[in-house]
Amino acid sequence: MIRPLDEVDKLTPHESIIQLEGCTVSFDGFKAMNNLTFFIEVGELRVVIGPNGAGKTTLIDVISGKVKPTDGRVIFAHDTDLSRLRDYEISNLGIGRKFQTPTTFEKHTVRENLELSLKGNRGVWSTLFSKLGPKDREKIDATLERVGLQDRAGWKAGLLSHGQKQWLEIGMLIMQDPKLLLLDEPVAGMSDEETAKTGELIRSIAKDRSVMVVEHDMEFVRGLNSKVTVLHEGGILCEGSMDKVQNDPRVIEVYLGRDSAKETA
Amino acid sequence: MQTPDPSTLPLWRRLHTPTQWIVVAALAFLVIVVVPLLNSAVPPSSPFHLSDFQVTLFGKYLTYAILALGMDLLWGYTGILSLGQGVFFALGGYCMGMYLMLHIGLEGQYHNELPDFMVFLNWPKLPWYWPPFRSFGFASLAAVGVPTLFAAGFGFLAFRSRIRGVYLSIITQALTYALMLLFFLNELGLGGNNGLTDYKTIAGYRLKEMSTLRGLYVASGIVLLLSYIACRWITRSKLGRVLEAIRDGENRVRFSGYSPVGFKLFVFVAAAGIAGIAGALYVPQVGIINPSRLDPAESIEVAIWVAVGGRGTLVGAVLGSLVVNGLKSWLTNKYPGSWLYVLGAVFVGVVMLLPDGLVSLPRRLWAGWKKLAPRAPMYLPTVTVAKEKEQSA
Repeated sequence: MIRPLDEVDKLTPHESIIQLEGCTVSFDGFKAMNNLTFFIEVGELRVVIGPNGAGKTTLIDVISGKVKPTDGRVIFAHDTDLSRLRDYEISNLGIGRKFQTPTTFEKHTVRENLELSLKGNRGVWSTLFSKLGPKDREKIDATLERVGLQDRAGWKAGLLSHGQKQWLEIGMLIMQDPKLLLLDEPVAGMSDEETAKTGELIRSIAKDRSVMVVEHDMEFVRGLNSKVTVLHEGGILCEGSMDKVQNDPRVIEVYLGRDSAKETA
Repeated sequence: MQTPDPSTLPLWRRLHTPTQWIVVAALAFLVIVVVPLLNSAVPPSSPFHLSDFQVTLFGKYLTYAILALGMDLLWGYTGILSLGQGVFFALGGYCMGMYLMLHIGLEGQYHNELPDFMVFLNWPKLPWYWPPFRSFGFASLAAVGVPTLFAAGFGFLAFRSRIRGVYLSIITQALTYALMLLFFLNELGLGGNNGLTDYKTIAGYRLKEMSTLRGLYVASGIVLLLSYIACRWITRSKLGRVLEAIRDGENRVRFSGYSPVGFKLFVFVAAAGIAGIAGALYVPQVGIINPSRLDPAESIEVAIWVAVGGRGTLVGAVLGSLVVNGLKSWLTNKYPGSWLYVLGAVFVGVVMLLPDGLVSLPRRLWAGWKKLAPRAPMYLPTVTVAKEKEQSA
């Protein structure tokens, strides 16, 4: 079984925790990712935006192992090539992902959802004989509180509201104690209040690990106040602060179309 | 509502509450002790007497209930709808059948050391894979070992290739059909069309004696109880929660760091082992095993028992197999030819009206009752209050 890499903890600031080198993903000729070179520094909170079909979810798929790149390498920490590992092995290395639509175990209680995500041996026999220790319970309680679901612990996850499910899924990721967190549209379908709360949660999570957020909600992205990468047609269009990115004519063009780009210019 | 954290409880309490254990013990006592006594100790003149026929019939149902437990583990908990559980039941049954054939001795039709069908086919001696089955221990081990090894091989290939859902149902159905055709062949040396039958003794006891059949009945009851406890243990462990998670969201399971292949394989092999034991207990009580047990319809019926009783409950699997088979025996006796229509109607009826099966019936009735009941007490006080107000005004 693959365990989280100690290597990650040895990374010095400004070294990259994840690095894509010339990655291409093609589905029957359509290039969802086109010779992409991309990296995130250790401890960084990065936001990825881009119009529909820009390859944002594909980027998460490639890192988390859902999709294998047709070409190129995906390097985690110093020299672990993720493109040769299976999805669950990548998860055990310390890379957690949240899906676009909240994906929880609907017939399990909130507490059980977190218990299943608890870091630990994931073999068949060890789960058969597994028992929760007091430390594990403390960790579950702390996470419940952190995502604001402490009074929903005994509820079936299927009964939660959409926003609460999103938080539960983030809580499940926290339980895995990942080094790198990939969040696919964490505030999709949330009210303004829920969005603000989620932003706070993400900033607090990002304090002690690297996080990559894919999002459409520009207000929310601005609020995260971090480096933004704009993807377009499977490649990087531009990178930088939200202000820089928003004023880039190429970004305006792909978001609003050619005519409005001229108007602004 | 504060429920105690189940993981802090001792193992036996994690499986059931004390009240539930008392119910389990009472039912086990009824099946394992009372029923055989009603046959042996109560005189035939008494209305409480159970005939030899009834006890062996009930023994057959118990083996079906064991089979259904494995099916529920597989389908109800893990979401793997195997339509080939008959394969593992039959493999276990054939292993026991081979043992029983070798202990007919000279009592067969041809008074030969060889099983009758081999004499008939002019075979000079036993094929190489037969002699070890002279040993009861070997045959019993094989009744578990052959189905589990077969399930491990087949399951590994199927689950590693990520075959699931309806595709897995179809290939398991094809598997049982293919094996049925294979077992029809005389060249396989397992009795072809007629299968293995005409047994005389098991472990030295005459199968014609009711005491032997009662013993087999009690053994089936005990195995059912132990299988139930084992399955309950699996489903109440973290492993059980992983199985349900695979059923409800396999993607999330993988991205939570679990490899579903190992878990699916475990449950597939466990279900096959349980089915094999059930088959081995079935054959001496029924007196025959032949390729008709491999008919896809037989395996589909197993799924129907579980659906009728209630998926993902274990108790439902046992209940469903007893109810459906009881109904089957009664109807085929009373109204021959009606069974398939009734089975279809029961299945459709349960799916449409009681999707959680018979076990959900009390809860549903209770919920329905509670909906109706509170109206009276809630309505009356308001009326009296209104009247009092009128009077005081």
